[in-house]
Amino acid sequence: MDPLALTLIELGAVVFCLGMLARLAGRIGMSPIPLYLIGGLFFGAGGLVKLEGMHEFAHLSSEIGVILLLLMLGLEYTAAELVTGLRRSWQAGVLDLVLNFSPGAILAILLGWGPVGAMVMGGVTYISSSGIAAKVITDLGRIGNRETPVVLSILVFEDLAMAIYLPILTATLAGVSFAVGLQTVGISLAVVTVVLLVALRHGHHVSKAVHSENSEVFLLNLLGAALLVAGLAAAMQVSAAVGAFMLGIAISGATAHSATRILEPLRDLFAAIFFVVFGLNTDPSTIPPVLGWALLLALVTAATKMLTGVWAAKRAGIGLPGRFRAGAALIARGEFSIVIAGLAVASGVVPPDLAALATAYVLIMAVTGPLAARFVEPVVAMLRRPAKSSAVRTADGV
Amino acid sequence: MNVDETDLPGLGRRKDFMTASGRRIGVVEYREGQTELIVSTWDDPDTCQASIPLTADEAAALGNLLGGQRLAMQLSEAHREVPGIVTRQFSIAADSPFHNQPMGKAAIRTRSGVSIVAIMREGEVLPSPGPDVVLHPGDLLVAVGTQEGLDTAARILRNG
Repeated sequence: MDPLALTLIELGAVVFCLGMLARLAGRIGMSPIPLYLIGGLFFGAGGLVKLEGMHEFAHLSSEIGVILLLLMLGLEYTAAELVTGLRRSWQAGVLDLVLNFSPGAILAILLGWGPVGAMVMGGVTYISSSGIAAKVITDLGRIGNRETPVVLSILVFEDLAMAIYLPILTATLAGVSFAVGLQTVGISLAVVTVVLLVALRHGHHVSKAVHSENSEVFLLNLLGAALLVAGLAAAMQVSAAVGAFMLGIAISGATAHSATRILEPLRDLFAAIFFVVFGLNTDPSTIPPVLGWALLLALVTAATKMLTGVWAAKRAGIGLPGRFRAGAALIARGEFSIVIAGLAVASGVVPPDLAALATAYVLIMAVTGPLAARFVEPVVAMLRRPAKSSAVRTADGV
Repeated sequence: MNVDETDLPGLGRRKDFMTASGRRIGVVEYREGQTELIVSTWDDPDTCQASIPLTADEAAALGNLLGGQRLAMQLSEAHREVPGIVTRQFSIAADSPFHNQPMGKAAIRTRSGVSIVAIMREGEVLPSPGPDVVLHPGDLLVAVGTQEGLDTAARILRNG
């Protein structure tokens, strides 16, 4: 067959399948990410059907997917929100980092994946899915709840932590010497600081440079700027994703809101392809051997996120049910865990088992996270009932 | 009244306060401009029982209802000494013959002896409105007069 025809047919079939999976996910009220991953596992390496024609396009698209995911993560919070978030909730943020980075890192060491593997797996288990968390909070009508700002400020802190973690990860994966690594990290720390300062003081200039009332011009400006910055960052050995993320932080105010709206459909498309490609490159037969570890890791890191949320909410003076709601909202891991694992796999310095473990882990966490958030409330209420509500009921005569 | 303001990073801002009955009530203002009315459950001020999305018009109408009530209560308090004087509120419906007309056209004082002492509009009070104030649909007129006079004024505003 004509190679172009083959590519188009394969690509069309894959995107069409993704559409059906997303619809299914919406119907049962879950995140589509696990379904995309499973879809990817079915095709590709070791799967049922092998897709050859779309490889080149899919590879580039998944890179763009990562860039858009990170750009929109940067757009999500304004520089002012990041700085106040850091000032107000750094204790909870540090606890979150220590409690949730360690389980992944320790398991990687136990499995003999060395410090690089530990660095990667720590990141995978650390970062909550802000996309899933925000959706869960909105869907369950908890935006007005008192624990919600606590959850959001932890997500803000993770956002900033990513800005420092990603360059370190990139340097580690590139296998540079300690001195060079330190230099890279120093540069990226300086860049983060400068970008934050610029965004705080002169964010409107950056916003003005890309902004346009015409949505077509605006979209092209944004996408062009994102790819340019990402490419330059990659050329300077800082990851492309970090560059896009910094651009996202620098764009602020009303421009950031309209940018989010305009980029959303593009992000959805390219990110979906990214998840599928990650699944494609993972051989499904490597998953069963690591499934036990993935389950254990899921159990431990669900508990550590819960602990983080409970502690942070308690400090903010939230009652018992609210504390557990805060913890449960943070449990879901998703897009950024796969981004981290994807960067590691692409560099080729981590064992293929790591991709399998990360896939299995995110599959579990992206499904159970929203469920935990939904059912934590009735469970806590049930546990508290025998002690309290009977007395209240008689007093009220209800 | 002490209203708490809390940032919701990435979403907007929450403004709320605790009522005397122990419920938290307030609004969430989204970055994109939507407003949501929030009310906590009776047993846990942390939990929202309802979050009700309001359009700009609905929020203004609700503000008028609540603000008008307060003004009416203050006025009734002031007129308690005078027997036979009552305070009542009239809202201008979209099909009222006087909407988008100056208030003087209704000639309420001449025809019913009732005084319009204030107009509540989008949460703001226009005190002692003159005859040339144009009435908008959704306006809440605070009127003072006798029982019969107020009935007449209501008929005038409805039927012309």
